[in-house]
Amino acid sequence: MKCRVCGAQANIRLPQYNTALCAGDFISFFEKRVSSTIEKYGLFAASDRLLVAVSGGKDSLSLWRLVNRLGCPADGIYIDLAIGDYSRVSYEKAKQMADKLHRRLYAFSFAEAFDRGVEALARTMKRPPCSLCGSIKRYVMNRSCTDYGYSVLATGHNLDDEASALLGNILHWKEEYLWKKDVVLEAEGESLVKKVKPFFLCSEKETAAYALMSGIDYVYDECPHSKGAKTLLYKALLNRVEETSPATKLAFMKGYLKRGREEQVKRTGPRTSCATCGYPSYGAQCGFCRLMERFGIRPAVRFQLYEPAAA
Amino acid sequence: MHTIDRRVTVGRLLEMFQLSREAHLVTSNGTLVTEDHMLDRNDRVRIVRVISGG
Repeated sequence: MKCRVCGAQANIRLPQYNTALCAGDFISFFEKRVSSTIEKYGLFAASDRLLVAVSGGKDSLSLWRLVNRLGCPADGIYIDLAIGDYSRVSYEKAKQMADKLHRRLYAFSFAEAFDRGVEALARTMKRPPCSLCGSIKRYVMNRSCTDYGYSVLATGHNLDDEASALLGNILHWKEEYLWKKDVVLEAEGESLVKKVKPFFLCSEKETAAYALMSGIDYVYDECPHSKGAKTLLYKALLNRVEETSPATKLAFMKGYLKRGREEQVKRTGPRTSCATCGYPSYGAQCGFCRLMERFGIRPAVRFQLYEPAAA
Repeated sequence: MHTIDRRVTVGRLLEMFQLSREAHLVTSNGTLVTEDHMLDRNDRVRIVRVISGG
């Protein structure tokens, strides 16, 4: 198979675009697509201060590298969940990238803030670790932006993450979440920063190929808690469809974005501010503060700063 | 680690292990290769799972 652009040996076939590309042309193609998503959906501007949520995986490290390559200087935020070697290796990969990019990396430690890791905290609160982890991460990542003056938080969610989550919401008719997905979630007041997903329309295979072709050293191991996760089943189902009918995932999410924006306008209810932290909330307290108060936990939300090694 | 005795394409290799083409990338001697690529006996092949979840 030959590269459609230069005729050299292709390194990747992309049936959803009816093309095949060599490594160099794939990297250009991928970066152009992400640039056009940033532009089309107004994800951020040159005046924004950008913070990238970095897990040490292929998506977040690729995103961090890519936005810096596109001329948008961005720092990183890493959340240490204290899950044994998995967290230790992930943090190392994130620090390696900080060194390569010469950018700052903020780190939030679960063990330090809650006196225990995510597994022990989930046991205390009798909640599934993934759901607790998600709630706390969202709060902490936003907090890192407001504490340090970043106007936009970028996450590495890709097309497969979004399509599988949407499929799960439809299968279980979770209407409260159904229309909340978007490439961009605008800021609310001064306490909730703008959140963007530049890889929203890029498949997981594309982000992995970009990481491999760019020589990004990412953590291959999965979070041990993702074993048996429904998301993996939904991703596998969608990929079965995609193999037979290329570009289905893209059509699914593009169609959703078109309809979702109209639905969001119809369904957005009034919000107030959390009495404890000021975060936008539908009740007197936001979900995070309500959870902490219920279990009598007073978290120390502090960040360590990792400064990159000198060039 | 597996050893394959005969020459196969990347696409056939994925079929042999019942792996999705959408969820895996294959490198041969460190370079990403497409599904029609014919693998040689002495190639060092790596199948990279690209799907993560949780």
